[in-house]
Amino acid sequence: MASAPTTVDHVRPPGRTWEFIKRLRRGDEVAHLITLLAAASIIVVTVMLVYQLYTNSTLPRHKFGFSFFLGKTWDPVSGEFGALPFIFGTVVSSALALLVAVPLGVGAAIFLSELAPPRISNVTTFVIELLAAVPSVIYGLLGIFILVPVLRKGVMPFLKTTLGFLPFFQGPIYGVSMLAGGLVLAVMIVPFIISVSREVLMAVPVEQREAALAMGATKWESTWQVVVPFARVGIMASVFLALARALGETMAVTMVIGNDPRISASLFAPGYTIAAVIANEFTEATGDLYLEALIELGLVLFLLTILINGLARLVIIATTQKGAAQG
Amino acid sequence: MKLKSSIATIALGAALIAAGVITLVDSPAAAPAPSPLLINAAGATFPYPIYSKWFTEYNRVHPDIQINYQSIGSGGGIRQLQAGTVDFGASDMPLNDQMLKDFKFQVLHFPTVLGAVVPTYNIQGVSQELNFTAEALADIFLGKVTKWNDPAIAGANQGVNLPDQDIVVVHRSDGSGTTFVWTDYLCKVSKDWETKVGRNTSVNWPVGLGGKGNEGVSGLVKQTPGAIGYVELIYAMQNQLPYGRVKNSAGAFVKADLASTTAAAAGEAKMMPADFRVSITNAQGKAAYPICSFTYLLIPANIQDAPKKTAIKDFLHWMLTTGQNDAEGLSYAKLPKDVVAREMKAIGQIN
Repeated sequence: MASAPTTVDHVRPPGRTWEFIKRLRRGDEVAHLITLLAAASIIVVTVMLVYQLYTNSTLPRHKFGFSFFLGKTWDPVSGEFGALPFIFGTVVSSALALLVAVPLGVGAAIFLSELAPPRISNVTTFVIELLAAVPSVIYGLLGIFILVPVLRKGVMPFLKTTLGFLPFFQGPIYGVSMLAGGLVLAVMIVPFIISVSREVLMAVPVEQREAALAMGATKWESTWQVVVPFARVGIMASVFLALARALGETMAVTMVIGNDPRISASLFAPGYTIAAVIANEFTEATGDLYLEALIELGLVLFLLTILINGLARLVIIATTQKGAAQG
Repeated sequence: MKLKSSIATIALGAALIAAGVITLVDSPAAAPAPSPLLINAAGATFPYPIYSKWFTEYNRVHPDIQINYQSIGSGGGIRQLQAGTVDFGASDMPLNDQMLKDFKFQVLHFPTVLGAVVPTYNIQGVSQELNFTAEALADIFLGKVTKWNDPAIAGANQGVNLPDQDIVVVHRSDGSGTTFVWTDYLCKVSKDWETKVGRNTSVNWPVGLGGKGNEGVSGLVKQTPGAIGYVELIYAMQNQLPYGRVKNSAGAFVKADLASTTAAAAGEAKMMPADFRVSITNAQGKAAYPICSFTYLLIPANIQDAPKKTAIKDFLHWMLTTGQNDAEGLSYAKLPKDVVAREMKAIGQIN
């Protein structure tokens, strides 16, 4: 059998085509092509999305130009559309959610991966992953029937009397508010942060921990000064994944945020997010300008997500380099 | 409008595939039965329960005709009709002149049933039904009247002990025909409202919180002390929400029900234009409830496909006669007799 290839080589000298066929037979090229196609389809979908959003929003882009981003009025009757209150609502509610969810999520992940007995850790993780699969309308209902009344009767009056000198805790108390929106989002994104961060922390090599302990570090010192910094990039990735979910969340937010496009410093005041207004008004948007203004809001949300993800990348790059320099 | 047409194409494709699958599954069992004539329609969500009953009942009488209705919202129904992806549309409000011009073909309006919108509220310690004047409602929703014991409200409610409580206004956050009717009424009774806010499926609200759907508004009203909102009469009746009487143009405080809604349409019938494109808010007549409206089927005046044309004309005829009897069972107000008579004549315009 050894002679067969040599005869073939005589007939057809090894060229690119032959090499290709050989690799094709071994499956390399097939795998390469299939994975390439999978990757390309993601790019194609993204490009098509932007293209559709862009071409279907020509009317408002020509009419308002850059002032669409800064306009504070959203008036379908007079045909005046500005996105600023929605951008504000989206960013503030998501930021509020991160503010609550990150310490909670990372804390829980550290406990589950480092400190909890494995059995408790596994059961808890299973429950947490179940939470991530709960439909957002359920979170919205819980928000309306449990969170909002608790906020209105207990938390908000308390905040007003104790911290009422701050502009964030002033004004009338309705219950539905930016605060309620941010808190519901926080509950929704915590499972993502816990689940991903726990995996990342568990992937930190045991030698790292052993080395720290051997140096005389306590369990907590080894966790906080060695394991967590080692997993920093992965933890940040989990936070950005959660942020992306918070930015695009629609149903649960619209049920508790009050849906009022006004910019207010107070977290007690109602707000409105981009995703919520699109979902609310798209079906009954009469008139081309109105409809296309909603599509342009979709484009704005897309840009906002790109911007925030870009910043996130920069943060990761900056901190990894710092980490590398230390090591 | 590439996005819309491509969505429509995908939807149509999916429907065709689904239809194909069903035929494949069905064919071995019932081979000789001819496939029914399929008529597609889309639009308003408010009349969906009665439409779905009508289309099912009509199919029982005429097994060869099947009307497929998608309740995607009035705006969506208008756009689909414009794009030609449905045979007829349905809308909670009449098309305005500009929209009619945007259509490449003539569209006829056929009122089907009536709906009303009522103010619902939640005031601690008040169990009586409240009376609202038009001015009071407009000023509450403009944010000018901010306390429940304001003379604007108290004046019409002698003997009710209204508290010194802040009013929390609740409105729909989603675009809706209900909002159109409510704001249309406020436009008619308040110059201030007309210049500052106007009428539409959603508007730039001067004050208040937004709730999604009737259930969102009523949920917020129930939860928030001092709240006032507006919901469809049907929704208020089915969920036993408290709602107030509203003063009509004849000066009487009228509680909304099916009879007072039909009375509003009857009061306006004489002045109704030939194409039925009319708002009947603030209608005349002592018994008329002032905040109600027709909901319409939008039918192209020229239907090329002969069997479809016959079927649609026959359905309209059936809807105006037999179909009307189903309305009140589902809490919709039926059309007054003279409107039915005029629509019967209008069916002749379809050719």
